[in-house]
Amino acid sequence: MERRVTFGGWVCPALLLLPQMAVTLVFFFWPAAQAIEQSLLRGDAFGLTTHFAGFQNFSLLFNDPDYLASFGVTAVFSFSVAVLALAPGLLLAVMADRVVRGAAVYKTVLLMPYAIAPAIAGVLWMFLFNPSIGVMAASLRWLGIDWNYLLNAPQALLLVILAAAWKQVSYNFLFFLAGLQAIPASLIEASAIDGATPRRRFWTIVFPLLAPISFFLLVVNIVYAFFDTFGVIHNVTQGGPEQATEILVYKVWYDGIVGLDLGGSAAQSVVLMTIVIVLTAVQFRFIERRVHYA
Amino acid sequence: MMVSAPRSAVVPHAVLIAGIVLVLFPLFVAFVAACDTLPDILSAPMSLVPGPHFFHNLAEALLAGTAKTSGQPVWSMMLNSLVMALAIAAGKIAISVPSAYAVVFFRFPLRRPCFWAIFVTLMLPVEVRILPTYKITADLHLINTYAGLTLPLIASATATLLFRQFFLTIPDELVEAAKIDGAGPWRFLVDTVIPLSKTNIAALFVILFIYGWNQYLWPLLVTDTPSMTTIVIGMRQMIGNGDTQTEWQLIMATALLAILPPVAVVVLMQRWFVKGLVETEK
Repeated sequence: MERRVTFGGWVCPALLLLPQMAVTLVFFFWPAAQAIEQSLLRGDAFGLTTHFAGFQNFSLLFNDPDYLASFGVTAVFSFSVAVLALAPGLLLAVMADRVVRGAAVYKTVLLMPYAIAPAIAGVLWMFLFNPSIGVMAASLRWLGIDWNYLLNAPQALLLVILAAAWKQVSYNFLFFLAGLQAIPASLIEASAIDGATPRRRFWTIVFPLLAPISFFLLVVNIVYAFFDTFGVIHNVTQGGPEQATEILVYKVWYDGIVGLDLGGSAAQSVVLMTIVIVLTAVQFRFIERRVHYA
Repeated sequence: MMVSAPRSAVVPHAVLIAGIVLVLFPLFVAFVAACDTLPDILSAPMSLVPGPHFFHNLAEALLAGTAKTSGQPVWSMMLNSLVMALAIAAGKIAISVPSAYAVVFFRFPLRRPCFWAIFVTLMLPVEVRILPTYKITADLHLINTYAGLTLPLIASATATLLFRQFFLTIPDELVEAAKIDGAGPWRFLVDTVIPLSKTNIAALFVILFIYGWNQYLWPLLVTDTPSMTTIVIGMRQMIGNGDTQTEWQLIMATALLAILPPVAVVVLMQRWFVKGLVETEK
């Protein structure tokens, strides 16, 4: 889409663009270029010299069992977070769409976790499930479950998944609710007159109409689980026990900042960039399609 | 609808109340812990009845902090978070309104490349380029400064895209009328475009404020003096590594203080918040 009527000259737009271009060049293109350059270099053991290493960093990376394990952890983590954030979001939105009384109160409370930092959501859940003092940990022990996420890998992964998903339900709830409210009432009424039960109305009319927004939310949730959950991991498990919760973005940080493996961390950055670009491309293709058919 | 409403309303209310309990329970337990003394919390399982020490703990966290934060009081962390959140929100809006205006209302050489250069930043959050961004920030001597804390997070195109979308809906007639009246591009921006964008600016500001307040990885890297600690990072330092006694009652009081401003923004400015969230993602 383009405008017909515009202003002339180039000095004025250049000045208007200058601040954003400057910030983008310095803090975006320069570091991104350096990440790619670093990923192709290798330093010696003392970090004094570097030499061009081609794709050596990448081949080391993909032959590193820890990195491949981190890929696996990230896949399980992201998928679980997405499902556990989407399903309750949809359920709550469908229910909120049906009630009249108290609807505003429900909506307000259900939106609150969106405002809470993932790092803080992690701390709240860690406090509930702390093996020695947590209220929920005590309940689990009372039920006969041997709960100690500090030692038990699946329990640790479960805890960070729950904390990360808890925060994200709000977002999905809001988008599903907006999607539901955009469905014309006449469609639902027509099928009701034809004798369709509420369950059938949901699965044959409402759910298909929500499919595009569900797909969009799936991508957004996966991106969230990939990148915005660093604070949850860093606060709750520090990637442990034994790297059971070490997702890719945590490993980039750990290997680069703590381990000082610059080439390896840069190669990981490049891999992550590729993943985001693919996810974003998928998302934009989909949005374009939706615009076409809408 | 009216016939089926009384019968079918029970299930939705039950599900929604269950949802609310799930949302509020972790917050409630944090509140209870902030009302207790440390021995109360450590005598597991702690009681779920709030104790009488809430204001005492709140005051201690706000004014004194904990030993692990080198005695940095939480009020100064909140101030840092506030400066960061406001700078990110105001900064992004201040650079994106002019740049979106330039790409929409002008025809000039390199317009498309400029737009794509901005657009591509959408794809790479700061998390994937942390190490080189850190290095550049260090080379520019911006470690432990507000500029270093905020500028790399301002370099993203979400706001520019939102304003571009909105500016494209401004009728051509308005531009023509402004030209006939002899208004140049600056006048048109200040007198017409910005006033028309008020609701979009407000909505975006709310979203960006929450985004800025809740930042974690970047402040963790780029600040290491106590006086620059933000509240979200300060909480991490309070927890420490379990070497000394963890002061949970102060940590939970701090958690509530860290949650309060962004939650208040969501609750009080819900209309802008919802608008901002739904529109930035389109």
